[in-house]
Amino acid sequence: MSDTAEKVKKIVVEHLGVEESKVTPEASFIDDLGADSLDTVELVMAFEEAFGVEIPDDAAEKITTVKDAIEYIDEHKAA
Amino acid sequence: MFANGITPRRVVVTGMGIACPLGVGVEPVWQRLLAGESGISAIQSFDVANLPAKIAGQVPAGSRAEGRLDLAEWIPVKDQKKMDRFIQLALVAAIEAVEDSGWTPAEDDEAGRCATGVMIGSGIGGLPAIYEASVTVSQGKVKRLSPFFIPSALINLASGHVSIKYGFKGPNHAAVTACATGVHAVGDAARLIALGDADVMVAGGAEAAISEIGMGGFCASRALSTGFNDTPTEASRPWDEGRDGFVMGEGAGVVVLEELEHAKRRGARIYAEVIGYGMSGDAYHITAPSETGDGAYRSMSAALRSAGIGPEQVQYVNAHGTSTPMGDDLELGAVERVFGEAGRHLAMSSTKSAIGHLLGAAGAVEAVFSILAIRDKVAPPTLNLHRPSRASVIDRVPLEAQPRPIEVALSNSFGFGGTNASIVFRAAP
Repeated sequence: MSDTAEKVKKIVVEHLGVEESKVTPEASFIDDLGADSLDTVELVMAFEEAFGVEIPDDAAEKITTVKDAIEYIDEHKAA
Repeated sequence: MFANGITPRRVVVTGMGIACPLGVGVEPVWQRLLAGESGISAIQSFDVANLPAKIAGQVPAGSRAEGRLDLAEWIPVKDQKKMDRFIQLALVAAIEAVEDSGWTPAEDDEAGRCATGVMIGSGIGGLPAIYEASVTVSQGKVKRLSPFFIPSALINLASGHVSIKYGFKGPNHAAVTACATGVHAVGDAARLIALGDADVMVAGGAEAAISEIGMGGFCASRALSTGFNDTPTEASRPWDEGRDGFVMGEGAGVVVLEELEHAKRRGARIYAEVIGYGMSGDAYHITAPSETGDGAYRSMSAALRSAGIGPEQVQYVNAHGTSTPMGDDLELGAVERVFGEAGRHLAMSSTKSAIGHLLGAAGAVEAVFSILAIRDKVAPPTLNLHRPSRASVIDRVPLEAQPRPIEVALSNSFGFGGTNASIVFRAAP
């Protein structure tokens, strides 16, 4: 697993209080991990903070699964 | 109860919950109170070097089994960050009260859920959360504000969280009247039941403002005790000549109020009946009580009038008694005026001597103490009352609890802005 994936997983576990085993790449924050719309806003902010990336609202809306988050971060984080 | 001809329904108390500086849980807190323990201690959670007042009544940490607070036993960790501490404390007290009442209508009992409301108020609400957010903004990071900031600070979110947790779909409301909040919440909630808006109300108050700006703000208004930083348990001393201000406290008190027949039908244990409720405004000053104690007098008089009883029928008063030089004797004078000769048989104590002033939670916690005084026929003590600043015929229960034949108890709360409220409980019918 990539560094990004590890870190994303850790943030998701912390913020949503879910079991690590449930945080699979396909897991949807809202449908599978019990997040509501405010939780997802907070998650995106946590990703921004942790990876030093900026995730604009229109991009944030498309980040619905763990995999979406990892891919977006890998594409945009400072090299 | 009402002068306008409406026949009100009778309202009883069927559940109680407390989180306060003496602990978590009605029974352990009550036993500690009767034993003369104090919940006041030095503030450790932030630097108090620049504050003239360095002590407070803080909810002690530990397990529920020990009668202390471990939030993880009550609220999932991921939800804790969505609420400022006053909401967390409100939830703890509400969970205890609801469990105690046994009233948890199931998901398919839509009628039961819709007939059950919540009215938990707070004087100040999420002051620590507002402070933290201000720091974030002042660092130029306004876009980093948490999406949970606003809902964690809003006062009515205590009621909101309790209703969401239990599916209570009735009236959802919150009183906000500074230090009178707790009595207003319980009194107003009782009226909602009396008038038929709800059959059950989870009512009370919560406060958690022990923070730098909370302490600093009350220090600035010269309200807090500053002379007992080295002997914190002696700082709250209502009516004592050495008193020098109130001691800030945090906590929550919640009661489950229920229409009498509703409670009887389900075989609920009834602690007491809410028989009277009175309110008044001073129309005088933003922080000082009116010099004649007139607002307190009218509040108590209105409560007795609505109860339809005379002062001679009251055996215990839980005073507002915050330990301020001015307020204590003004309240005493007002009680003497209301009770007259009957004052000779009255016990009046200030339980703030043990827990400090819980601001918006005070009236709700003290309502619970008043009900327990009726249940156990005992007046809790006024700690540190060694030398009253003036004599009175009224026994202020100095230092030690007193067994008393208490059938009816009146509790006072007065708040900044000149708002006064009094509530009267009677032994279970």
